[in-house]
Amino acid sequence: MSFKKGLHDALPIMLGYLFVSFSFGVLATNQNFPVWVPISISATNLTGTGQFAGLNLIFIGASYIELFSTMLVVNCRYSIMSISLSYHLDEDVNMFERLFIAFGNTDEIFGVAMSQYKPLKFNYMAGLIVMSYFGWIVGTILGALSSNLFPSFVLSALGIALFAMFVAIIMPKMRESKPILLVSLIAIAISSVFYYTPVISSLSKGWVIIIAGVSASVLMALIKPIKEEPEDA
Amino acid sequence: MLRIIICIVIMALVTYLTRVITLVFFKKKIKNRFVNSVIYYLPYGVISAMIFPDIIYSTDHLVSGIVGAIVALIIGYFKKGLLLTAIGAIIAVLITEYIFFLVGF
Repeated sequence: MSFKKGLHDALPIMLGYLFVSFSFGVLATNQNFPVWVPISISATNLTGTGQFAGLNLIFIGASYIELFSTMLVVNCRYSIMSISLSYHLDEDVNMFERLFIAFGNTDEIFGVAMSQYKPLKFNYMAGLIVMSYFGWIVGTILGALSSNLFPSFVLSALGIALFAMFVAIIMPKMRESKPILLVSLIAIAISSVFYYTPVISSLSKGWVIIIAGVSASVLMALIKPIKEEPEDA
Repeated sequence: MLRIIICIVIMALVTYLTRVITLVFFKKKIKNRFVNSVIYYLPYGVISAMIFPDIIYSTDHLVSGIVGAIVALIIGYFKKGLLLTAIGAIIAVLITEYIFFLVGF
């Protein structure tokens, strides 16, 4: 669980982030923001959905309160993910290290961290975060500086990278454990209902993730509680 | 200019606070079996909800998204690792979109 392994494991995140943050940079430039705006947002936020939502609100001249509450809604899922992550951290990870890891608890870094069986060491988490952050910043800068660097179909293809990585994270666990397979299917069913049903489909993805993820987990915890002190929980 | 800076500070603060509060305060392991079970299942529920159905809409065409998703599921099933799965899906999407491009779709 070294820094180097962290860097290596975050390669797919880096690839995916290049694309997403590139789009973010392009969008910001198209909305006539100076280059430093998307770059400083990416450098201080390190979050996909929140940045797009926030940039748009700045663009349309929304109030601070509106910006604050939208960011809160979009990012609420991180609080849930941080609870899980906190449980998986090694006991010798100290408070300052936690403050650093919290900054990098993105959907993707969380996902890769959860795919590890052993308690998470600080060095490993730092490796994940540094590599991902690199992709996020470089993508933003490239996007903000030139919007025509790559043909659109290449960018379109990179868009699937992060999702494919998520698939690779959960598939092995789904094969090993029937309850995990069930949790996954229930969460997918709930998330699909929210996606395709009119009216409730307007609910932000952040909330859908919380509702689907938490209710699937609660349901499975009722049906099949884990044994005390499981190896990899 | 000042407004933009304040907005960026608000965004950064909210994003960081949502991540840091529970990571710092949920330090002690809880003894309750039900709570532990929920926390054990949570990552899989959350990650699954992130993937579907969004993965099939993550590219320019629905068809290439579906092809990419199927390829990712297959490579993922055989436990070939994150990077290989990501690259496999990207290549599948590229090929599909290139075919679309050739037939002028």
